[in-house]
Amino acid sequence: MGFSSFLQFFISGVTMGSIYGLTALGFTIIFNTTGIINFAQGEFVMLGGLLSVFFLKWFQIGLPLSVLLAVLATSVIGAAIERFAIRPVRGGSVINLILVTIGISIFVRGLTMLIFGKDTFVLPHFSGDLPLTFAGAAIMPQSIWILAVTLLLLLALRLFFTKTIFGKGMLACSYDKKASYLVGIGVNGMVLLSFVISALVGAIGGVILTPVTMTSYDVGIMLGLKGFSACIIGGLGNPFGAAAGGVILGILESFGAGLVSSAYKDAIAFCILLILLFVKPSGLFGLSKIERV
Amino acid sequence: MKQVRYLVLAIMAVLFSFTTLWAEDPIKIGAVLSVTGPASPLGEPERNTAQLVQEQINAKGGLLGRKLEIIVYDDESAVDKALTAADKLLKKDNVSAVIGPTTTPNTLAIEAKFDAAAVPLVSCAAGEKIVVPVKNWVFKTPQSDRLAVARILSHLKSRKIDKIAILTVSDAFGQGGREMLKALGPKAGVEIVADEVYSPKDTDMTAQLTKIKSTDAKALVSWGTPQTGSAIVTKNRVQLGITIPLYLSHGVASPKFIELAGSAGEGVLLPAGRLIVADEVPAKNPQKAVLTKYVKDYETKFKSPVSTFGGHAWDAIMLVVKAIEMGKSDKPADIRANLEKIKGFVGTGGVFNFSPQEHNGLDESAFEMVSIVKGAWKIVK
Repeated sequence: MGFSSFLQFFISGVTMGSIYGLTALGFTIIFNTTGIINFAQGEFVMLGGLLSVFFLKWFQIGLPLSVLLAVLATSVIGAAIERFAIRPVRGGSVINLILVTIGISIFVRGLTMLIFGKDTFVLPHFSGDLPLTFAGAAIMPQSIWILAVTLLLLLALRLFFTKTIFGKGMLACSYDKKASYLVGIGVNGMVLLSFVISALVGAIGGVILTPVTMTSYDVGIMLGLKGFSACIIGGLGNPFGAAAGGVILGILESFGAGLVSSAYKDAIAFCILLILLFVKPSGLFGLSKIERV
Repeated sequence: MKQVRYLVLAIMAVLFSFTTLWAEDPIKIGAVLSVTGPASPLGEPERNTAQLVQEQINAKGGLLGRKLEIIVYDDESAVDKALTAADKLLKKDNVSAVIGPTTTPNTLAIEAKFDAAAVPLVSCAAGEKIVVPVKNWVFKTPQSDRLAVARILSHLKSRKIDKIAILTVSDAFGQGGREMLKALGPKAGVEIVADEVYSPKDTDMTAQLTKIKSTDAKALVSWGTPQTGSAIVTKNRVQLGITIPLYLSHGVASPKFIELAGSAGEGVLLPAGRLIVADEVPAKNPQKAVLTKYVKDYETKFKSPVSTFGGHAWDAIMLVVKAIEMGKSDKPADIRANLEKIKGFVGTGGVFNFSPQEHNGLDESAFEMVSIVKGAWKIVK
């Protein structure tokens, strides 16, 4: 097996890993403002892809508009979830809230199945499906889209959290809710915003992924799980760690399948994840928990 | 006293009027089908077919002059629900025969009950284990993996290909195909030079395909369904510039696959029952009439394209109906005995020849090699 095979494994790994990373990013944003792990994050990814497919089919408005509409619709759904399912039970313990998100994910999946059916659907590639060859390895134009969009999103989020007042407000909420209240930050609004942004990021991930991997009402489960693992690898609460964690998971999977055994691909990735957690429980890029006195 | 007598008369009159309306009880056939859940793309057309056949037979005056009633229970693609449904059909509904379940695991889970209850079961699932070794009361209509693999191997031989790579999905269906390929391949003089696996939910198989690309395989055989990765394998192979022929399983034979695989699907080869190429089947083929009629009836009633799976249910029900007509009896034991005697029954899946040793009744001729040409299934000569 030569260099080109290795390069191919690497490219495959990075492409899939970017999507895990985007899902992980969504987890992190909500976790940071609320302390909740939102298990409906995979459903946002699914909705982004599936809604694009149907908007394209129903309205015949071309790919870019359908995609835009799907991402907006998913963000609205994210807001609705926060307003009508999370906010009414906000006083509850974190565990209760996490259970609520699991319920939401099952509800969304079931509803999607009833409305759109159980079939698998596909979106056209954004810019053709002829692969480019690079040193003997094939790169799909869509992979470049995935990488570029992921990087742009990361950059935009970084700017949002460091430069804008809303971003700073959300960060403040993640440090201390009560103190944020006291300095006049609308915590409710920030939590709502965090759901909207997570849904947005998830939906964009779903949209750019669907041409490559296809979509159906139940793709969210596996993506959610992988995204969550990516979060843990990168260290829960660190957005850039989460994205890096996703890429690492993708590369591990790809090389595991290519070099060791494709039958144990997931097992290899998750074993490495377990070892990592034994050695460094806070994740690769997470700060170990400091007890403040 | 007089009032009581009138009351009795009135009750008897009511009862009699009912018995004259329904001369005899209906003939009851049960069905356990995966109408919802992951296997629903298979189970839904099967349920539709059951409704279609029931309507058609009753419109023609029923069976043996009695009404035909097909009682369908949905097992939600789950084994435990299939068990409950089987119990209900056997103990509460007292059916004469049962068709289904849709999937192999569910069939294997419930088949022991039918031996115990002495009621025939005609499964719509493909797994060979259902009828090998032969169980007295269990039959099945879909073509076995063994036949599909044998058909692919003989096609490989005709193209003088002796080295293949296999890429299979890690569920019951894919692994069944993998075992069969590994068992029959060497016997047919076809060497397996790479044996790769992927999970049903995987979304990228380029790693496995890159590995296969570096071997000297002259063809790739991939065992899965459109829902479990076959379309992705088909696309990934084009992306990586793999040019060796791609053979897929008979589970792929649906219009959905063409939609999902897009232009990458052109030229893939697979064995398929004749239902999906009904238009193309030559008029002299014995199946032509049955296929054309089923396709037309189904598509007019349900406004959706037929699938192979609905065809399996059609075969199962019509075989039971045939057995009932042969013995002029709906006693389970008679149905079973007559099922074994059926020879030359033309169904959608092939021409069935049952015997006490053969409870599937099909051979390799049930398959045609088909390919996708300009977005449609075509028979490969």
